[in-house]
Amino acid sequence: MAGLPDEPMNWIGRNIPRLEDPALVRGEGRFVADIAVGSRAVVFVRSPVAAGVIRGIEKPDLPRGVLVITGGDVAALKPIVPRLGRFNYVAIEQPILPRDRVHYVGQPVVAVVAPTQREAEDIADAVFLDIEPEQAVVDLDSAAGPGAPVVHPMAPTNTIVEGRIRTPGLDAVLAESTIVEIDVRSRRQNASPMETRGGAASFDKASGRVSLHASVQMPHMLRTGIADCIGMPEADLRVVAPDVGGGFGQKMSLFPEYVLLVWLARKYRTEVAWIEDRRENLIASAHSRDQHHIVRGAFDGQGVMRGLDVEILANIGAFSCYPTTCGVEPLMALAEYAGPYKVAEYGTHARGITTNTAVMAPYRGVSRPVVSFALERLMEVAAKRLNIDPIEIRRRNLVTVFPHRTPTNMVLDEASYLETMEKAVEVADLPGFRARQQAAREQGRYLGIGFSVINERTGYGTPAFAARSMEITPGYERVEICMTPSGEVEARIGASPHGQGLRTTLAQIIAEEVGVDVQRIRIIHGDTDRTPYGWGTFASRSLVIAGGASKLAAGKLAQKLKRAAAVLLQGEESQVRLEAGMALIPGGASISLDTIARTVYHSAGPISEKIGYDLNEAATYDPEGTFSNACHVAVVEVDAETGNTRILRYIVVEDAGRLINPMIVDGQVQGGVAQGIGNALLEEIIYDADGNILTGSFADFIPPTMAEVPDIEVHHLATLTGATVLQAKGVGEGGSIAAPAAVINAICDALQPFGVQLFEMPATPQRVRAAIRAAQETSP
Amino acid sequence: MKPAAFAYHRPETRAEALALLAEHGEEAKIIAGGQSLVPAMNFRLARPPILIDINAVPGLDGVREEAGQLVIGARTRHATFEKPVTAGPLGTLLARVAANIAHTPIRSRGSWGGSVSHADPASEWCCVTRGLEAELVAESATGRRSIPAADFFQTIFTTALRPDELLAEIRLPLFGPDWHCGFAEYARRAGDFALAMAVVACRVEGGVIREARVGLGGIASTPVTSPEAVAALLGQAPSPALFAAAGAAGAAATDPDGDIHASGEYRQDLVKAMIRRALVQAFA
Ligand SMILES: Cc1cc2nc3c(=O)[nH]c(=O)nc-3n(C[C@H](O)[C@H](O)[C@H](O)COP(=O)(O)OP(=O)(O)OC[C@H]3O[C@@H](n4cnc5c(N)ncnc54)[C@H](O)[C@@H]3O)c2cc1C
Repeated sequence: MAGLPDEPMNWIGRNIPRLEDPALVRGEGRFVADIAVGSRAVVFVRSPVAAGVIRGIEKPDLPRGVLVITGGDVAALKPIVPRLGRFNYVAIEQPILPRDRVHYVGQPVVAVVAPTQREAEDIADAVFLDIEPEQAVVDLDSAAGPGAPVVHPMAPTNTIVEGRIRTPGLDAVLAESTIVEIDVRSRRQNASPMETRGGAASFDKASGRVSLHASVQMPHMLRTGIADCIGMPEADLRVVAPDVGGGFGQKMSLFPEYVLLVWLARKYRTEVAWIEDRRENLIASAHSRDQHHIVRGAFDGQGVMRGLDVEILANIGAFSCYPTTCGVEPLMALAEYAGPYKVAEYGTHARGITTNTAVMAPYRGVSRPVVSFALERLMEVAAKRLNIDPIEIRRRNLVTVFPHRTPTNMVLDEASYLETMEKAVEVADLPGFRARQQAAREQGRYLGIGFSVINERTGYGTPAFAARSMEITPGYERVEICMTPSGEVEARIGASPHGQGLRTTLAQIIAEEVGVDVQRIRIIHGDTDRTPYGWGTFASRSLVIAGGASKLAAGKLAQKLKRAAAVLLQGEESQVRLEAGMALIPGGASISLDTIARTVYHSAGPISEKIGYDLNEAATYDPEGTFSNACHVAVVEVDAETGNTRILRYIVVEDAGRLINPMIVDGQVQGGVAQGIGNALLEEIIYDADGNILTGSFADFIPPTMAEVPDIEVHHLATLTGATVLQAKGVGEGGSIAAPAAVINAICDALQPFGVQLFEMPATPQRVRAAIRAAQETSP
Repeated sequence: MKPAAFAYHRPETRAEALALLAEHGEEAKIIAGGQSLVPAMNFRLARPPILIDINAVPGLDGVREEAGQLVIGARTRHATFEKPVTAGPLGTLLARVAANIAHTPIRSRGSWGGSVSHADPASEWCCVTRGLEAELVAESATGRRSIPAADFFQTIFTTALRPDELLAEIRLPLFGPDWHCGFAEYARRAGDFALAMAVVACRVEGGVIREARVGLGGIASTPVTSPEAVAALLGQAPSPALFAAAGAAGAAATDPDGDIHASGEYRQDLVKAMIRRALVQAFA
């Protein structure tokens, strides 16, 4: 896709290999555990019970150089208390280490510091927590029901956040329509980044500053949060996110462990590190999507959904995650339920319920995988009930006129909801599939096809977060750009990529503006000492927002270079073109950008007044947001004897607007789908009734492997949105948002002969098998 | 994820290994492939004060045929069986089974003897050992004895081996060409421990099944046999209907344990399907 010969080289839209990959594939990346080598090891003793009163903590005899820190030792540290200004939010406090009670299995209670990991684990093993267990509440519905044990006294009904919406005409529509009601359950997930959490804090005796290297997505926010808890100046803390092996939202939150690491380094003027193991990650990091929805769609005789009424319960765990707050799941579901569909009348009651379980945090797609699962199941069930083809019923309900204002006042920018679906139907060869399905059924094999149409809210700035009344309102991004005297471009960004390939895509955006090769561009990120304050990378935002800011900043730099070139070439500024490292004017005169850079920085006298003293620029971007969209198709074979689902084919028709690097977009989609397949079929965090976690390893919490994930075909449509400066839309989450619905719709389609309808994710083989058995027992 | 402290011995002769076992017995654990023991130690679920590493002891590897039996050295790695180790139905069967055990790196270290000594009821080799009625040969400083599979597996993670004993070999019947063998299991992901499995071996004479063995794994505290499925097969001509009937008979007689991945009821469904599928494979 190289530029046409007589056109300047285009950087945008090219599949250039990721600039970050050579070091990673050579094993030369620098992750926290690499940086931690030589530090004293920190190991946390975690609560073995879900609820209880701490009676005492018995420490073994401590060898020299070993510390055992309890809640009493850190009483001066402020708890973590994120806040929301609305939605009946109850501000619960998460202690750094608890002094009186524990609230979930895995809560850190004691920190052990020892010269080596082995010694720290031996001491941790010998610490005895004397905790008197109390009755725990674990299950979402029980916690929300009457008479449940109370997790936090200030929230006597266990409701921490609660939102209601009801448009005036809803009741009338409900009264006069056919109501299709479904009861949808999403089981608990763990985002399972390949690299677990971890941090290495070191004290610099000369400056009195602490550096925390941590595997995180929001380094600036973490610095603010830690400094607030400790009561130290932010200037004395540097937070660095080095290479980070995935986050998926799990690494957004401020965790007590990080506060403690900084406190330890500062108090003991030393270097300490904690590297989480997989068991801790599964038990004690953050969980997601433990939700229950009751969905009522009001359809007219033509299958048009005139109203939607939903009851949403989200299990937020024992505390509220910082900075998003536990509103992140219920309030996102509340705001975005209608998805790509026209819904005139809408009602929701959404609640976040606290329980004695690990803390909920955002996970790729947050509530939307559950919402789209519910909506797409609703479409299927309604189609069946009203005897309309399931594709046709979607045609009648998808938004086709843009901009479209949703009942919750979001504006959907131009998109291709209908077009992606029609294209998917064509690529999947639906009639051909139906014939194969029929032939297979005659041999006792059950093939199925499932569709899922989604939109994905991406790249939203402060207005969207302000609508949730968050005390801390993330959203904007700033990029500071400069050309060095030798002509490279450095861009310092507040976003904090951890696998998304932003070093490549932002370099492409800047290269396009400034006319230099991507190899001469350095994207500097993830270091609070070296980058402007920003919000990090989450919510499918970085390409749109940091990319938009990069474009704006690079545009300003280009302008500066053109001004200097015009002076040096004695031409017109408006006629200067920047291309392939050169500034050119009509008539053939040219000068290299390197020469311009040298001249700007190093020459003196009158010329400096004309061309300036520096090549620094900056821009901040804070967009309203844009919706990308997709239609996913899963083709599966279900084994009716075992309940096993095998995915035979997976198709995505994606519309992410302008693609900066299509290969990276495809990678985002494919990775998201792989996680979505895990959500659809395999992954489930399970607690017993007392709050003990039964899925503490990858033998029991089972992410998909290469054997379970098929090749994922990605096709593109490109609606160039006017809502963002790049005409690009985010794509980080759509894969995982759409996949559970597509896969489970396909299972239900395969099992049509049994009349099986599934409303729970994951659709594990035992659930599928139980549904088949139940269907066989009820059918004559 | 670091084990508790332990002492480590690496004997270089069998006599030395047996002497160490005699001396340390209860306190010591043998380590072979380490693929079950090391994870348990890292989780500190196992805290053996002493490890006796048998990887340098000669003569514990490899397979040979002797008096109608396939004699498998206890330290023979799972991967050895990925290609048939013997001509005839047994070699083919073991290759099919081996493909279901864990993943390549684990198969290249984990050993048959380690699997049966560990006695995870969902282990493929345990199921085969029990289902095909193998004999297990144990050695100690005081002698050597042979233990029938029926007596070897006592309960979950518990065998008839004494603390001073080393499992030296496993002896399986070498089936002749009139035998038909098959194996089927269901695991949630490729390489996971199975939720249920079945191994079958049938001798056919004059078009009817004259002898049969059916073993089941993953459903109780030990691997088990299924006399009910065997009874359904004996004297019958192989057919899809017979295989289904044997599956139903075998499943009906089980009362499997439930866990988070599979309720007892679901496991029963799986047993039914796995017996049937193993038979289909055997006669394919
Ligand atoms: C991720 C993963 C997946 C797995 N999946 C499967 C699977 O699907 N199916 C399956 O069957 N297994 C599976 N395993 C287990 C694997 O097969 C082990 O290799 C096997 O269970 C133990 O063999 P080992 O040689 O590694 O024994 P070790 O781990 O070294 O020892 C296991 C036990 O046996 C004892 N022992 C070992 N050798 C002897 C001997 N000669 N005499 C007396 N005692 C002895 C040890 O003391 C110890 O108690 C899996 C393991 C992992 C890590």
